[in-house]
Amino acid sequence: MKRVATGLGLLAVTAAFLYPFWWLVSASLKDRAHVFDNSLLPSPFSPANYVEVWRAVPLLTWIANSVAVGVAAAAAATVASALVAFGFAMFRFPGRNLLFGVVLATMMLPGAVTMVPVYLEWHALGLATTQIPLWAQNLFGAAFYIFLLRQFFLGLPREVFDAAKVDGANAWRLFVSMALPLARPGLIVVFVFELKAAWTDLIKPLIYLREPELYTLPRGLKTVLDRFGEGGEAQWELVLAASTVATVPMILLFLVAQRYFVRGTVTQHVEQ
Amino acid sequence: MTTVSRRESRAGLLFLLPWVIGFLAFTAGPMLFSLWLSLTHYDMLKPPDFIGLENYREALVDDRVATALWNTLVFTALHVPAQIVLALGLAALLRRAGRSAGFFRTVLYLPVMTPPVALAAMFLLLLNGQNGAINEFLGWFGFTGPNWTTDPAWIKPGLVLMSLWTVGSTAVLYLAALTRVPVERYEAARLDGASPWRQFWHVTLPGISGTVYFTVVVNTIASLQVFTEAYTMFFGARAKQSSDGDAALFYVIHLFREAFESLRMGYASALAWGLFVVIAVITAVQVRLSRRYVHYEGERS
Repeated sequence: MKRVATGLGLLAVTAAFLYPFWWLVSASLKDRAHVFDNSLLPSPFSPANYVEVWRAVPLLTWIANSVAVGVAAAAAATVASALVAFGFAMFRFPGRNLLFGVVLATMMLPGAVTMVPVYLEWHALGLATTQIPLWAQNLFGAAFYIFLLRQFFLGLPREVFDAAKVDGANAWRLFVSMALPLARPGLIVVFVFELKAAWTDLIKPLIYLREPELYTLPRGLKTVLDRFGEGGEAQWELVLAASTVATVPMILLFLVAQRYFVRGTVTQHVEQ
Repeated sequence: MTTVSRRESRAGLLFLLPWVIGFLAFTAGPMLFSLWLSLTHYDMLKPPDFIGLENYREALVDDRVATALWNTLVFTALHVPAQIVLALGLAALLRRAGRSAGFFRTVLYLPVMTPPVALAAMFLLLLNGQNGAINEFLGWFGFTGPNWTTDPAWIKPGLVLMSLWTVGSTAVLYLAALTRVPVERYEAARLDGASPWRQFWHVTLPGISGTVYFTVVVNTIASLQVFTEAYTMFFGARAKQSSDGDAALFYVIHLFREAFESLRMGYASALAWGLFVVIAVITAVQVRLSRRYVHYEGERS
């Protein structure tokens, strides 16, 4: 009896959480007259929506921009955060705990507080309408990833590093040839988390990007919605086709890197 | 200091250098800059003009700020408890899924991966009052669903409903916490004849209260800065089309529009500090309450 209830509950949950995806893909393949009909299968089947949206907006450019910005953001965040985390995990120096406290405090700082002044900084540098502000800040590490990678480094066996130190390895060698390979799973966690964060972000592209040729996918998708959604030209099937294009890469990323996403989510809270 | 430890200090600080530079350039510096900007009138055309506390005085009497703050507090008060309760329920359910828990974890997490803009676009139709799938589903049970996307009274509940679709990351966190609660405690409770409900209150909740508290704090901070979904659905070029935007005018949306659409950089900075104070006060209250209700492992209770 209890097992039947559990089974039914799990079935209902699966249906509720997967239905919107099914609906999205299905509606993106319907023609204009049927896009609101909520039928599970598109009839008539209208894959031409994808061709049409491809013609109407520079979707390929936006995908390329999203890939470039996402990879730059993820690579920068991974390398820089690893450096800083290694410094916190492996060396003793005065003020270390105080500085790490500051790192944790910046994790709690509302992003809205620095939104305006950071924009004005990029503006003063003449870079406020480029893609650079979307990723370059990661070159200095990001608090959450520093915290996460520090946990990884602290989990590595100390003796291995002490032995290498006795053998005369300097700090840089320890970092590059020992810590990085051993912390590989942690580095992947940071990379995929930041890739997802950059791929899905809207607020920075809204603030910085003016030229449609520079748009990332979410920024472009917002334009598609404003132009083809209700009140616009009412071509929802195009909005949904573009939404599918923006979503599918993240689904694939999750399916290949699932355990890293779960690990990163769970590690958020090891230190209470 | 010995040479070794001095060398160690120097190496450690060298590794920290990127963060120190970034902290000064993108956190501490901007915060000071913003504090000063908030005391000026600045439209990016002319140099900042010092006006003292005028921006703060204006924010206190600005109806739009009051609306935005109220909307944000209402959304947070609905969103955070709904999110926590649903995540707990789902984690408890998944705990009983046995070997297939991995599959259901994937199902719960997939919506978290969806770009919020895409999510907002699809939920504009799913929540549609006339022919949306959600009201069609309610209709099966004889309910007439509201106009989630146009009725000002239902816009925030609609946004909360939508936000529940991405509850998966919190549920996954709880699931991990649940597996850390020692089995012996349940056995002891069962020996004492505790019902499943009492076991939940007296074993499960205390066992994961640290995690629950953490998610309440983090979710509250995030929720007070809610932006993307509501902005996508009701603002931007769409703001001209719908007059119902007021019900979805959240604090950061208002701040964003003052800064980047009206170019009132000084005023927007004052608004940002207002939000900072609101978040700090709410977090401080939560920290205080946690001392009474949160049970940490290894502590005497």
